[in-house]
Amino acid sequence: MTYLLEDYTLTVPYMAKQAPGGVMELVLSDEQEEFRQTTQKFLGAQSPISATRALVSSADGFDREMWKRGAELGWVSMLVPEAMGGGSLSEFGLADLVLVAEEMGRLVAPGPLVPTNIVAFALGRSPAADGHTDVLNALLAGDAVAAWAHAECGRRWGDVAVTATTDAGHLVITGSKQPVEAGAQASHLLLSAQSGDGLVQVIVPADAPGLTVTPMGGLDLVRRFARVDCDHVRVPMSAVVSTTDRAHVDVELQMLVAAVVQCAETVGVLSRVFEMTLEYVADRYSFGRPLASYQALKHRFADMKIWLEACCATATAATRAVAAGRPDAAERVSAAKVYIGPRATQIIQDCVQMHGGIGVTWEHDIHLYLRRATVNRAMYGTPSEHAERIAQIAFGASA
Amino acid sequence: MSNSSTTAPGPDESVDAFRMRARAWLAENMPAAQVADRTRDGRFDVERVLQRRLWDGGFAGICFPAEYGGRGLPTAYQHAFTEESMPYDMPVSMNVPTFGILAATLVDFGTHEQKLRHLPAILRGEELWVQFLSEPSGGSDLAGCLTKAERDGDVFVLSGSKIWSSSAYVSDYAMCLARTNWDVPKHRGLTMFIVKIHQPGIQVDQIRQVDGSMEFCQEFFDDVQIPVADVVGEIDDGWTVTSRLLVHERNAVGGGSPFTSGRSTGHESSSDGDQLVAIARASGREHDGRVRDLIARAHVDQLVRSQLVDRITTGVTTGKMVPPCSSIIKLFGANVSIDRAEIGLELAAVEGVAWLPDADPDPARMFGEASLSRQGIALGGGSNEIQRNIISERVLGMPREYAADREVPYRDVRRGPSSSSRRSTT
Repeated sequence: MTYLLEDYTLTVPYMAKQAPGGVMELVLSDEQEEFRQTTQKFLGAQSPISATRALVSSADGFDREMWKRGAELGWVSMLVPEAMGGGSLSEFGLADLVLVAEEMGRLVAPGPLVPTNIVAFALGRSPAADGHTDVLNALLAGDAVAAWAHAECGRRWGDVAVTATTDAGHLVITGSKQPVEAGAQASHLLLSAQSGDGLVQVIVPADAPGLTVTPMGGLDLVRRFARVDCDHVRVPMSAVVSTTDRAHVDVELQMLVAAVVQCAETVGVLSRVFEMTLEYVADRYSFGRPLASYQALKHRFADMKIWLEACCATATAATRAVAAGRPDAAERVSAAKVYIGPRATQIIQDCVQMHGGIGVTWEHDIHLYLRRATVNRAMYGTPSEHAERIAQIAFGASA
Repeated sequence: MSNSSTTAPGPDESVDAFRMRARAWLAENMPAAQVADRTRDGRFDVERVLQRRLWDGGFAGICFPAEYGGRGLPTAYQHAFTEESMPYDMPVSMNVPTFGILAATLVDFGTHEQKLRHLPAILRGEELWVQFLSEPSGGSDLAGCLTKAERDGDVFVLSGSKIWSSSAYVSDYAMCLARTNWDVPKHRGLTMFIVKIHQPGIQVDQIRQVDGSMEFCQEFFDDVQIPVADVVGEIDDGWTVTSRLLVHERNAVGGGSPFTSGRSTGHESSSDGDQLVAIARASGREHDGRVRDLIARAHVDQLVRSQLVDRITTGVTTGKMVPPCSSIIKLFGANVSIDRAEIGLELAAVEGVAWLPDADPDPARMFGEASLSRQGIALGGGSNEIQRNIISERVLGMPREYAADREVPYRDVRRGPSSSSRRSTT
């Protein structure tokens, strides 16, 4: 059997309107499409991967000037009501925010998008919002970033042991949070704690007496995490964001929003990795043929494509459910976390395999993407923890 | 020919109003969904009656053209009706292949006369259709068709054999692909015909499957005369019709077809998940972490499958994805079904493999038996391997496989020793 070289020219371009990797939301308004393109251009110019690599040894892991310009584009405004200085293009700000996350994922861009938005979201919807306008305004303007200190080391996601006791009109916070994204970069931290009556959330300045922030190492080269130790940190009652009657609901909603934004970022990561790998196997020749012509590899790309589309589908479904406040939002989000986490690392590791030796070098960018997806898989509940939430729904539904 | 004379929706009826009207009509007219084992044979008679009832009520062929007895409404109306129909017994086995595949293809390629003759009859439940595509020699190489049709004046004379047609023995018509020109490369010498199944010269044999079912058939054609008026599409251009038919098939099997009504594959069925939960409960393992993890995985897979169907359907409908993307639904669905079968077998444990003779069939036994034929879904309608070729070549644009029969007159293409259409020995 002879192989003719002309049989093996790639038959691209195949989809005029869609990148081979796919985009998460297929149905965008004209305003959203324009916003996506603006974001893409901005990130492409301001945050190419070379710039991200240059930030690896920096303390912050992101460029505060660039973050401020991003904030001017609306990166922190979308989950905050207009009356409080926020606002979005669509009826649901979350549908716009995921566009930013997806584009950031495509470039593994730095910047504390999830924690800053979660804190802004929590402050904006707090009944005590009027007391927090200074913090909120600084976040909206991009002058400061914030951290959500909720996870605790050695405990399951959402299991809070940090305590808040009442003392002379103050709350006294004691205990440790870890890992806290952007903990050492944040001007303020949104802390969850158990009071005698139940869960509360408070907003605390990073320089509060008794509060120690210790930067941590981590897989992602520019996403910074910290350990936060509270040793009798005294905060006034005005610092309370969520009182005991609503903190559980607030924290759950914050988790759903964080997970949705994170899933969108992972989809962006996957989409770009898949594209660059598809390009690579088309250009690379072995035994006189492009790698892309081998059926063994073609079939693996077909498998990756269906997984990638499934990741897009479940991330979109989760986004829409949370944005619209649908009753199945928690189920959709946990399904997305269960599905996307392990699939994302599997797809990227397969793409590393397709690259051969170059795929496991520092020089090649693919490890930056693998790092981001691996970190995302573990944050805001592991796939196993979300699977247990799904099991509760499955068993509950047939009770 | 009207689908209903009493309750035809006005053109301005909203989806919600349509939904409310459907809800009331279903409660009034359709029997409750059956949990009992659906043995196929008697089932088709029941479904023909149910379909006629839908027709009389004005709810048959919601997305089919009004000119041919359908309602001519957008997909959203069909979705609403399907959601409302969940608690009721629906003629769901007519969805695939009759409505979703053959009737859909007839809408695309049939002549005005062919559509007038068949589509209203199909929507009334009077005609069940199947496809005669695969051949004993062929497997997934559909265009390597050896069944031939030779022109003789106003008729074609059909001879050869087809296989893997579902329920052909109880069906009425088939779309049959046959070779009409041997002097051109394989894709260019094929023609699609409408064939009445029960007529002299056609023998239909049922094939016994590993799960004991007798649904699949093999047909033998012995100089069957087909009028030229029953050609679908152009003579020698049957591959164009076949390609579209296959797109409809992948959509219908995957759950993305607008032409199917009622619960279909591809969209989540809570009862399947409930059965896994029921097995776990029956064996007292509902607090076993591994069991919970398996059930969660099955639940997530089913949910994601349904979300993927919605995504790909939207993508193809809006033109943002190419039609071969329906293979994504097909391949994903097959994988999910296989994983579910594996999870079911694991949870069924010994109850899935041994049972007392007089025991009622329970979910554990069902998963045990179903696991034997689980690969069927990865074979029918184009194997998983063919879907992977389609996705890599026609969705991702990767180089096509070398084909020894490309640009060669079909009579010169080499064939293996088992290529003749032999009588089945089953």
